[in-house]
Amino acid sequence: MSPEMINLIANSTGETLYMVAVAALIATAFGLPLGVFLATSGKGELFAAPWVNRVIGVIVNATRSTPFIILVVAIIPFTRLIAGTSIGTNAAIVPLTIAATPFIARLIEGAIREVDQGLIEAARAFGATPLQIVRKVLIPEALPGIVLGLTLAVVSLLGFSAMVGAVGGGGLGDLGIRYGYQRFMPDMMLAVVVVLIVLVQAVQTIGDRLARHLNKRIRHA
Amino acid sequence: MNAHLGYLGDQHAQRLVPAESIVRLEKVSKTFPGRDGQPVTALQEVSLAVPQGSILGVIGRSGAGKSTLIRLVNGLEKPTAGKVIVDGSDIAALPEAALRHARRSIGMIFQHFNLLSSRTAAQNIALPLEVAGYDKAEIKARVEELLALVGLTDKRNRYPSELSGGQKQRVGIARALATKPKVLLSDEATSALDPETTRSILDLLARINHELGLTILLITHEMAVIRNIAREVAVIEGGRIVEQGDVFEVFTRPQHEVTRSFLADESGRALPPYVQNRLTPEATPGSQAVIRIGFRGPHATDPVLARLARDLNIETNILSGSVDEIAGRPFGTLVVGVPEQVLGTTLDFLNKHGLDTEVLGHVA
Ligand SMILES: Nc1ncnc2c1ncn2[C@@H]1O[C@H](COP(=O)(O)OP(=O)(O)O)[C@@H](O)[C@H]1O
Ligand SMILES: [Mg+2]
Repeated sequence: MSPEMINLIANSTGETLYMVAVAALIATAFGLPLGVFLATSGKGELFAAPWVNRVIGVIVNATRSTPFIILVVAIIPFTRLIAGTSIGTNAAIVPLTIAATPFIARLIEGAIREVDQGLIEAARAFGATPLQIVRKVLIPEALPGIVLGLTLAVVSLLGFSAMVGAVGGGGLGDLGIRYGYQRFMPDMMLAVVVVLIVLVQAVQTIGDRLARHLNKRIRHA
Repeated sequence: MNAHLGYLGDQHAQRLVPAESIVRLEKVSKTFPGRDGQPVTALQEVSLAVPQGSILGVIGRSGAGKSTLIRLVNGLEKPTAGKVIVDGSDIAALPEAALRHARRSIGMIFQHFNLLSSRTAAQNIALPLEVAGYDKAEIKARVEELLALVGLTDKRNRYPSELSGGQKQRVGIARALATKPKVLLSDEATSALDPETTRSILDLLARINHELGLTILLITHEMAVIRNIAREVAVIEGGRIVEQGDVFEVFTRPQHEVTRSFLADESGRALPPYVQNRLTPEATPGSQAVIRIGFRGPHATDPVLARLARDLNIETNILSGSVDEIAGRPFGTLVVGVPEQVLGTTLDFLNKHGLDTEVLGHVA
């Protein structure tokens, strides 16, 4: 493998990591409150607003069921508005974030719904406000689940980020398509796949370890 | 001992609510909408007074409405009708913020402890204090005090998963006491524990009641809990309080079927199977009447039965017997068989000697 190739791979890996990291951060910033809201706004719950809950639920589902590649194309005007352009790494962050936000929201909702209702009851009984219950009970108790959810989201984002390569988004996917496919360089294609596999493994391992460390429900020897 | 009795008769009797009741339910009813559109009435016109500094137990079968009753006291449920007065304020009428504030003076413990798995024992106890806005130094000092009170100083940095059931409930108790409440609500707090651990938790509650003067309202389906700790009891069935008063009185002279059934659960109270199986409601030729004799306190039956034999020449046939302790006082039960023709004479004789009698049936 030539030094130029290695250079190309290193650059593309950097682009991928950049896209995924920024998209994951922004999507978590939006997805966390959204997930908490979804988990606590049903009938009879802490922030009961069943109608708003249902409307948001429908929007979240609609976004999640739109194929990613169609989402990328469909929101090009919006991407231009936010990023100033519709091609390149920064532009790719916009659809990545939009696809990841509802996904993360649902994962966080799930993690929070796993928290024992008895804890909410106990917190209400000693006079906690709904917001205190979210901050001091629900999120800390759901944290291992949230970390696992975010790990899954980052892994999915790695896959999606390879897809935005197809529409000029840069990163490893872009490299694989331009060199591996269009210029028919199988070793480049292979290298891209290997790097992606290593990244996914690394993210999953770190996420699992962190979640296990945070989970005090099971005894650690 | 009778000084703090908050005895309430049924709705026909005049209510004698002592002025110093810290918790008062006045004709409280609660109806839930129900999932299938069929409303569920969990409580019907329940009146109850818990005197300051007392331990009142509410006993009832599953689904009787116990949890609903206790949740009304700290406003986790709102009554459909009636009033819930705690420490002078009408809980149901309080706006949310005031209610949250009021809850700091009403601690609660639970069957499944409801501790945060992500916090250590000390951090769990600190939680209500953090929520109430105490500063760090105050929290630290108070948590140490509470750990010592419940005997868990050496477990302060343990997570709930590293504690036994009894230790978890001790953390639960410490957490409930953190904000120095005036009332402690206990919803089946020992139901998930073995008898020995139950005993130690009840001892702790009794000590807290005694030392801190904390009023305790506890609900349970276990007779042993009532017998060991409560001075007063209310029996609840189908959302209504069917009997209430001094524990010893209620359980030595049970008036209601449900109350009797709780007593029957107790070991030693049940009839031996060979008697139970042959028991008939009507006398038959040659049958014996079966009488349950209850003796309270120091009464001894032996001399009475001996005198029955000597003075009246009536021989009794002892079928079973036991001595229990209820609310710290001995209470004995003896089941005997007597010939049908002397049943009336025997009952008169026993009652004259201050013994409670109940005819259970007849055996051939
Ligand atoms: N939130 C609720 N919605 C509908 N029905 C309820 C609710 N809470 C309790 N109930 C019903 O009220 C009755 C009494 O329940 P509960 O107070 O939990 O009884 P206990 O604690 O004595 O077992 C039961 O029939 C139960 O199904
Ligand atoms: Mg219950």
